[in-house]
Parts: sequence; structure tokens; C-alpha cells
Amino acid sequence: MIERETLPEAPPGPRSLADLFLSFTWLAMQGFGGVMAVAQRELVERKRWLTRAAFVEEWAVAQIMPGPNVMNLSLVIGGRNFGWRGALAAMAGMLTLPLLLVLLLAVAYGRFGQHPAVARALRGMGAVAAGLILAAGLRLSGGLKGHPLGGSACGALALAAFGGVALLHWPMPFVLLGLGSLTCLATYARLDP
Amino acid sequence: MAGPGALPLQGWDWLQLFGHFLLLSLLSVGGALTTAPEMHRYLVLQHRWLGEAQFSSSITLAQVAPGPNILFVALLGWNLGMNSGGPVLAMAGVVLTLTGILLPSTVVTHLASQWGHRNRHLRPVRAFKQGMAPVVIGLMLATGWILARASQAGSPGWPLWLLTAVTALLIWRTRLHVLWLLAAGALLGILGVV
Repeated sequence: MIERETLPEAPPGPRSLADLFLSFTWLAMQGFGGVMAVAQRELVERKRWLTRAAFVEEWAVAQIMPGPNVMNLSLVIGGRNFGWRGALAAMAGMLTLPLLLVLLLAVAYGRFGQHPAVARALRGMGAVAAGLILAAGLRLSGGLKGHPLGGSACGALALAAFGGVALLHWPMPFVLLGLGSLTCLATYARLDP
Repeated sequence: MAGPGALPLQGWDWLQLFGHFLLLSLLSVGGALTTAPEMHRYLVLQHRWLGEAQFSSSITLAQVAPGPNILFVALLGWNLGMNSGGPVLAMAGVVLTLTGILLPSTVVTHLASQWGHRNRHLRPVRAFKQGMAPVVIGLMLATGWILARASQAGSPGWPLWLLTAVTALLIWRTRLHVLWLLAAGALLGILGVV
């Protein structure tokens, strides 16, 4: 997915731990339905902490490693600049204020959730939320075209993973480790050394 | 409000829950939402600690609110605690589930990102990055599917499926802002269309 790129001279990074914390708080507060869409705009275009190439590279790592993508992204960027303390400051920024908000929302929901209008509104929003995730999967699938295993093989593998978990209710770890190790080995065989 | 038939957690259950989330953390490749189907299987189907409606409302509330989607895990912890006693246990549940799902992945990712950055041209690194892609995408689609099914709890109907499909299509193909679609979903729900 990532071509070999030489990174240009490092752009100005975060100034301090407080800067990291506040910047990621601001980033998280803009993220309705997920933070990823605003992360690129905020970090690359507005703050210029990363070049576009570097952003793509960090995003790939965040995507592949275990853990929530955007949390991983914040931790990698924080870690690159201030080590462990930077990683923690960035993650704390992403979590603290949104966590308080979502808990308030849960309390309000616990109180008003039985109201039929609230329940119906949430039902509609739940269907939209499901669509958002499907769209994210579909968007990412566009990147499979240039895959070493070929587009149609990738489509079949994605469908197999989908079918196993969604339709047959297999435990996700088995699918991930079983199917994932197969695809990694097959990809390894196809790649130039 | 406990979901219908939800069971309280007692003593060792909490430790078992924490252990399961620590394990899931290491397996949450492709984002926390790819573990949602497994959490659903574990919490709702296997142990019945959470009701179907509580599970889907946790995910929906986290999606509706600003911030990373991982916060749905905090809400799962909140609901588990509320089912088992009250607000104090609920706060403990938040801390337990969020720490469980984040701690191992954070340590691993931090170490691996430093290593991977230095060795990003190596063949195994590239094979891993690219090889995981189709599986990760399949798991994301499975999450969407399971959420769509969960939102049908109570009174199923094709308009709800249509809303999910139209949302997926619009977000995939256009640059329409998410907030408009969430508002439209709420409105259609209140009006009783879906």
C-alpha cells in the first residue's frame, strides 16, 4: 500500500505535551461518527505536523496494529515527538473530554431512553451508524485493486471473513488469525524480495 | 435499566471480563469496531450480561457523540456496571473495559511502530501490512452487518435496512457530512418512517 518514499525535512511538530493534549482534544471533538475523516485535514493541512506522505505511512501502521485506528494514530504521533509521555498525552487528549461527554449522554439516555420518541430516533440513528461502518469498509476495499494477490482474490477473502463472522458467527480471533496468517503468507510469496 | 434477561456480574466475572478484553485488545487489528462482533457474542449471547438493545445503543451513542468510536467500549462497561449494581460499579466497569481494551494494544503498537518505522522496507513488514488488508475489510463489513441486524431488534422492517444501505452508499460515494445523515436517521425514526 505504501510506496517507498523519502520523507522531506520534518515539518514543525507539536511544541509541548500540553500542545499535544489540547490538539488531540480539539481533533476528537470534531469527530462525529469517527475521527478519521478530520484527522488528515487537521494534522496535515492545518497544523502541518506531518507531510501527506508521512501521514499515510503512520495511518497504515495505525491501521495494521492492534487497537483503535485513531487512538493508534495519536499514540504514534505523540510517541514520535516526545516518546512515551507524548504517546500518553496524545491518547489522553483523544479520550478525556469525549469520554465525559459520552457518559453524560449515557446517563441522559438511561433517564429518557424509554421515551418512545428517543427510542425511535436512536433506532434510526443506529441504522445510519451501521451504514457508516459499511461505507468505511467499502471505501477501504478500493485500495485492494493493486494488491499483490489480485483484486478478485482479495474480494473473495474479504467475503470469506465477512461470512464467517457475520453469518456463521465464528469467533473473530479465529477468523483473524486463521485467514489472516494465510493471506500474509500468500502475500509474502508474491512480493519482490 | 437492565435489558430483558440481563444477568449481573459477580466477583470473578469481572476478572474474566477484564481478561477477555485484554485478549481482544491484542486482536483488535483494524480498529476497535472489528472486535464488536466478538464482544456481542461474548457479552450478549454467551454470558447474557447485556441485553441486545443495550449493546446496540452503546455503539449508537458512541457513534453519535464526538470522539473516537472506541468509547462504545466504555459504554458497554457502564451498562455492565449498571446491570450489576449501580453508578459506582458502572464507573468501575468503564475503567475496567477501557483499560482492558487499550493497555495491551498501546504497548504493542508503540514498540512495533518504532521498530516498523525503522524497517519499513523489509519484505515481511510489507507482507504483513498488505496481507491483512482483505481480512480487515471483511471484518469491518461484518461489523456493519451485525449493527444493522442489532438495530432491527424489537420491530424489524425493510425501511431500516434501506436506510442503512442508502447511508453506506452516500458516505462511500459522496462527500456528504455524517451529521446530516445522523439527523436524517433520527428524524425518520421519530416520524415512524423506519
